[in-house]
Amino acid sequence: MFVPSITHPVGDFIREWVPKLSAYLPEQLQSQTLDSIAAFLINALLCIIAVCAVNIGSAPILIYMERKVCAHVQCRLGPMRLGWHGTLQTIADVIKMLFKEVYSPSGADKLMFYVAPMIVLIAPFIIAALIPFDHNLIVADIDMGIPMIIAVNGFGVLGILLGGWSSNNKYSLLGALRSGAQMISYEISFAMILLFVVMISGSTSLMDIAQAQDGTVLDWFIFKIPVLGFIAFILFFISSTAEMNRAPFDIAEAEQELTGGYHTEYNGTPFAMFYLAEYIALVTNSALAATCFLGGFHAPCIGVAAIDGYLQMVPGVVWLFAKIYFMIWCYMMVRWTFVRPRVDQLMDFEWKFLLPVNLVLLAAGAVWMIFVG
Amino acid sequence: MSEYIILSIFLFLGAFIAAAATVTGLLLGYRTKNSKNKMAPYECGMETIGNARIQFKVGYYLFALLFLVFDIEALFLFPVMANFKEIMAGNSPLSPSIVVIDLVIFMAILVSGLAYAWKKGILKWE
Repeated sequence: MFVPSITHPVGDFIREWVPKLSAYLPEQLQSQTLDSIAAFLINALLCIIAVCAVNIGSAPILIYMERKVCAHVQCRLGPMRLGWHGTLQTIADVIKMLFKEVYSPSGADKLMFYVAPMIVLIAPFIIAALIPFDHNLIVADIDMGIPMIIAVNGFGVLGILLGGWSSNNKYSLLGALRSGAQMISYEISFAMILLFVVMISGSTSLMDIAQAQDGTVLDWFIFKIPVLGFIAFILFFISSTAEMNRAPFDIAEAEQELTGGYHTEYNGTPFAMFYLAEYIALVTNSALAATCFLGGFHAPCIGVAAIDGYLQMVPGVVWLFAKIYFMIWCYMMVRWTFVRPRVDQLMDFEWKFLLPVNLVLLAAGAVWMIFVG
Repeated sequence: MSEYIILSIFLFLGAFIAAAATVTGLLLGYRTKNSKNKMAPYECGMETIGNARIQFKVGYYLFALLFLVFDIEALFLFPVMANFKEIMAGNSPLSPSIVVIDLVIFMAILVSGLAYAWKKGILKWE
């Protein structure tokens, strides 16, 4: 197996170089605590820049990708005019968005109206910090990774509810309450599936979960437990689609019924923030699916040493991003092929089908662990 | 500990980016004069009747209460599930059979709660 020789290449490098550089400072300023604080700050800054680049940079790519996938599903070409095959279209859209007027409608709670997009953006950023991108590439490797993700995921609901309530618009309020009910309902099955993953791997740290899938493709959790793993993956796919308010579970912003849902009254950059949060959530949820079921940053080894050697030469980040984009493509295909259920069908599906199935799956997984694992 | 410090920085990072974008929009954005029609809440061509902050259906709150029960259940199960492998392998002072019996009792109470809510018709969306 591939064993990394250095544990924290970038962090150790900075920790080594900061004392060397501080030797040039005046003597009163030289101390070990200062050095360690400086090294920590530089590391933190690098982490922030990296995660911001991944998060904010992926949004335009995803918007372009979504428009192309949607177009090709519907036998259209999609954006074609600006740049090669319309690649510059999203950048033009972003610039247009920046110059739109920002105002709140009369009767809106101004403070809450502008605070709501901030709250919505918090959750995906924290989750992105918890995803292991490679053997030593993780921003915050905490023991409580999975419970933290579940806790933070609930945060987005607050922003949506606030945004809908503060707009003083009946469509917004309806959309916000619907999506609140939907998101908290599907969060239960989301948590249950992650519970299943925790049970197989025996750890709540995302790094440990990714490391536990080292080996061949058959060691990935989707295949490790026959049938059950695949069912768990499908259930995770469904509940995370609903968590993200994406079609076919986008009753919160069902255009035909509610015009725009909770962001009906938003315009300009605050509206763009809701969009950004949605697409970052797509990346983080796909990364979570890849980490929990598709082996995370591990190469898809097939057990033949000659081929595996080549596969493992590719860095883990590349494999993780390949899996993330595969998952995103799946989410997009689902979005443009399935029809939207009614709101009562949606709630029935969660409480009367998904939740019982989840409980049975958990029990079956426990039985498998006792007798086989 | 340093991990949690970084996470708390990230807590403010998302909010900071949204705030910066809003301020940019306010500074760069095109302005028009505020008029009654422009500031009116969106309605499909009609004038809005009444305030949007109305008392809302209790059904939503019942779902929220059920969510609390099941989410806390999941939270209680996490420590058990994280050590499930070890307990079953006999590497822990806890006896495997007692843990399994406890789990079955815990789940049975919850499932009966779900069944009760179902029977009472709370899960029916109207």
